Amino acid sequence: MNLNEREAAVRRMLERTPPPVPPELYGDALRRGGRMLRRRTAARRLLWLVLLATAVAFVVWASTARPWVEPPSNTTPPLTNW
Amino acid sequence: MRDRQASQGARRAREFEAFVAGAAGRLLHAATLLTAEPPDDNPRARRLLTLALAHTYASWDRLRGEDPYDRARQQLAVRFARGAWHQHGRSRATPGNALAALTPQERLIVVLRLYEGVAEEQAAALLGLPVERVRAICARATTALLHPPRRPAPAAAEVARS
Repeated sequence: MNLNEREAAVRRMLERTPPPVPPELYGDALRRGGRMLRRRTAARRLLWLVLLATAVAFVVWASTARPWVEPPSNTTPPLTNW
Repeated sequence: MRDRQASQGARRAREFEAFVAGAAGRLLHAATLLTAEPPDDNPRARRLLTLALAHTYASWDRLRGEDPYDRARQQLAVRFARGAWHQHGRSRATPGNALAALTPQERLIVVLRLYEGVAEEQAAALLGLPVERVRAICARATTALLHPPRRPAPAAAEVARS
């Protein structure tokens, strides 16, 4: 018996007696799938919200603290009797 | 905005229902072969298929022309492989089923290759194995299915029936 014949025999063996499809399968899959979808949407929304909040917080902090302005130096000794 | 989302949801549900009506029988058969359960009592296969279909539904809008059947089958295989890894060794013994004698990995490869007709390269990529290994496992499992090793009485009766 060569490979093709053996594979065909196993194929015939596997094709036997298909199980009956339960009627609640579609409803269950739809319910679970819908829940997964809603959860994903909520997670995405939350992530965007966090990103937005971070951006706003950074802008507010930057505009009050002005980290790009050179701080007044207080290490140089005052130049007096020149 | 809300209207558009609602109509998209309705379309998705309609398409998904047609898909399930067409594909559920074959996918459930494949799942039942994977779990080696009897055809009329297959809670594990049903659960596996429900989860795979739910995942397919959740990614329906992002399929972009990909075959939903492929996606569902891939989910089924990956979930089965993961589950078999976790519950190694404690499978429900089902006498009268030649597939039950194989290991989960052998069953998975036989079902993918011979029942579903997935190409060797594709099956190998899906399972993360070299192609030669898939070929070898498939050949070994085929031999084991056609010439079951001799065992005591119940196994012999099973051979006579099949």
